Amino acid sequence: MIIDHPLLGPRDAAEFVYKGDAALIDRPDWQAEDAADKFHEYMYLRDNVAGEMAELWYHEHGDRSWLVVTRNTLTHKITSVELARDVARRRGRGK
Amino acid sequence: MGYSAFKVFWEGLTGNKGWKPVWREPDPKPQYDIVIVGAGGHGLATAYYLAKEFGITNVAVLEKGWLGSGNIGRNTTIIRSNYLLPGNQPFYEKSLKLWENLEQDFNYNAMVSQRSILNLIHSDPQRDAFARRANAMRLSGADSELLGPEEIRALCPFLDFDNARFPIQGALRQKRGGTVRHDAVAWGYARGADMRGVDIIQNCEVTGFRMENGACVGVETARGPIRAGKTAVCVAGSSSRVMALAGMRLPIESHVLQAFVTEGLKPTLPGVITFGAGHFYVSQSDKGGLVFGGDIDGYNTYAQRGNLPVVEDVCEGGMAIMPMIGRARLLRMWGGVMDMSMDGSPFIDKTHIDGLYFNGGWCYGGFKATPASGYCYAHLLATGRPHEVAGAFRLDRFRRGAPIDEKGVGAHPNLH
Ligand SMILES: Cc1cc2nc3c(=O)[nH]c(=O)nc-3n(C[C@H](O)[C@H](O)[C@H](O)COP(=O)(O)OP(=O)(O)OC[C@H]3O[C@@H](n4cnc5c(N)ncnc54)[C@H](O)[C@@H]3O)c2cc1C
Repeated sequence: MIIDHPLLGPRDAAEFVYKGDAALIDRPDWQAEDAADKFHEYMYLRDNVAGEMAELWYHEHGDRSWLVVTRNTLTHKITSVELARDVARRRGRGK
Repeated sequence: MGYSAFKVFWEGLTGNKGWKPVWREPDPKPQYDIVIVGAGGHGLATAYYLAKEFGITNVAVLEKGWLGSGNIGRNTTIIRSNYLLPGNQPFYEKSLKLWENLEQDFNYNAMVSQRSILNLIHSDPQRDAFARRANAMRLSGADSELLGPEEIRALCPFLDFDNARFPIQGALRQKRGGTVRHDAVAWGYARGADMRGVDIIQNCEVTGFRMENGACVGVETARGPIRAGKTAVCVAGSSSRVMALAGMRLPIESHVLQAFVTEGLKPTLPGVITFGAGHFYVSQSDKGGLVFGGDIDGYNTYAQRGNLPVVEDVCEGGMAIMPMIGRARLLRMWGGVMDMSMDGSPFIDKTHIDGLYFNGGWCYGGFKATPASGYCYAHLLATGRPHEVAGAFRLDRFRRGAPIDEKGVGAHPNLH
């Protein structure tokens, strides 16, 4: 698989470490009433979809950026690659 | 129809005309006591033990493709009980004991071959870890022994003992480990279940669950609705997809594992050998092919094929311990979709929905588990209680802080 890095261009997927579902960006609020339940879901439960999925890849053997890669788990076809930073900001996170 | 040496002899003399199909192709009935979803090794073993050990025969096994089309027909056929943790090891030892008597039990030649498994040791800390594991194995009644380099040299002179980075310093051996003809396991269980009245229904994909008052009362299938007292899901790599039909999210990701087989060679390997410094394992089939594999590819996928970086990694592992493998020509390679759980251990449990049961999360090690998985799942379905060796395989174990993490790497399915 070739991942088209937004800053570096096409890179071999073997340069990356795979983290999984991009939902892991949305860490629950540790002070919420139901924090224990929410963290259990966050840590352990997955949608594990067959089809298009947004996922986190870390460019360990490159510029060490975190990417959100949208990839089809049935065909391995990649349709979009963004910096995880940009995705998180769009969701109203961080600076 | 029973099998015996006499029968083989007689058929040989009479043109092999007397052999008959060993299971029926029935149409689904409108209702069963228990419906099992998935005719892989585990589903068929469950049906067999339900009928044979617990006397429940009004059972159907529904399969979306053909019987044995999933991982039961794709694995590298290794059986062993060399686990460490108390939640796992007694279960796998129970499984190995069932393997040892399986062919007599279901009167079918599954080519169970206890040709031993050697886990190579390449460093002092690894020897300590394997010594601990060897002791844990013995606590469950399994056999284990630690070998030194000289003993391994006598068994496997072709290994690269003085490799500069990964010298071979010893091995953990389980003599009772080995290999089994995987397809024959599915066929033997299917035949044994069918003979006792279980309906095995192929080309019958489950597309939904029938719910009444919050309880599961059967399934929707490609061949119409079927009612069931209990519905037992057992679909390995498809676990998340099927349980999503009941609104459940599982602690599972689906990943691909690749395997490889070479052209047939003369008998070379004494048993199964695993590399201790990288991910590579190899055995030799009775036809002579070297059967080998390594790591999963590491990303979520439902495609039954992998990518080249892992092929390279596996072959490098092979060359590191067994340079002669570089001269063998590859015949085939393939992949299967693994139900990788968050701690690398499986589930055999009731769900929070009445009437709905789940068996899955077998990762890349579910073949060796087939007999015990079927036995314990049947026990749970028949008695309502988990079998004593499967009591730790619960769906709520992460919530309780009780994962069974052999490798100690945490909730990263691609690292288990
Ligand atoms: C390359 C490879 C090597 C392996 N090597 C080993 C090994 O050496 N030792 C070991 O112990 N384990 C090994 N494994 C793991 C082992 O094969 C699996 O853990 C085990 O086979 C899974 O259980 P099963 O046999 O029931 O699965 P499967 O045979 O996959 O059965 C599941 C069945 O469910 C069916 N199904 C799915 N969805 C539906 C639906 N909606 N309706 C109806 N039916 C459905 C599928 O078609 C399939 O037939 C390996 C796996 C692979 C891929």
